[in-house]
Amino acid sequence: MFDYMKKNKALAVIGGLVLTAVVAVPVMAQRDPAYAAARSAGKIGEKPDGYLGYVTSPSPAIKALVEDINIKRKAAYTRKAQETNSTVEQFAFTSGCNLIMRTAPGEKYQTPAGTWNTRDASDPVRDSRCP
Amino acid sequence: MMLYQTSQLTDRSDDAIRSNMRNLTTVGLILGALTGLSACVQVTAPDKPIVINLNINIKQEVVYRLDGDAKDLINEEADIF
Repeated sequence: MFDYMKKNKALAVIGGLVLTAVVAVPVMAQRDPAYAAARSAGKIGEKPDGYLGYVTSPSPAIKALVEDINIKRKAAYTRKAQETNSTVEQFAFTSGCNLIMRTAPGEKYQTPAGTWNTRDASDPVRDSRCP
Repeated sequence: MMLYQTSQLTDRSDDAIRSNMRNLTTVGLILGALTGLSACVQVTAPDKPIVINLNINIKQEVVYRLDGDAKDLINEEADIF
């Protein structure tokens, strides 16, 4: 009886670990290293409309990378806009507010006036409609 | 200005009355046209291009409503944000 329980407990622990690993993988999905590098180098930045923009003239590799991400973003915005009964532009704009807020110091973001600013410790310059 | 007494107007032949009426109508029309012209609103074309701001469709209340869902999405698909 005791042995049986012990064995079950061990199985449960293993099962739990496997489950954690399976669940954790999608959540842990992180930025592509090339994307992360271009961001922190200030070559690309976050725009108020919810998409990535070029701060400097992009290399073909960076152009392809940004276009790929922006297409995926638009797909995600479109899906969420349908779920929330809003337009793609509205959802993208709201995301842009958040994405600019989340930029790390040193990263670039575009102000409502269109200029590229480098994020520092202070709050970023955002559209007056941002929460 | 000529003043007529009723008898003077009615004693005349139909043609004379019509002629007088026609003259009065003409004067009225000309006066009306002049008044209309002087009351014209002058519209000048703007020297700057007309810009229509499409962002007008995004209202602050909508942004506030979507904020939670936007945060969820950014956390769920961290690889593209």
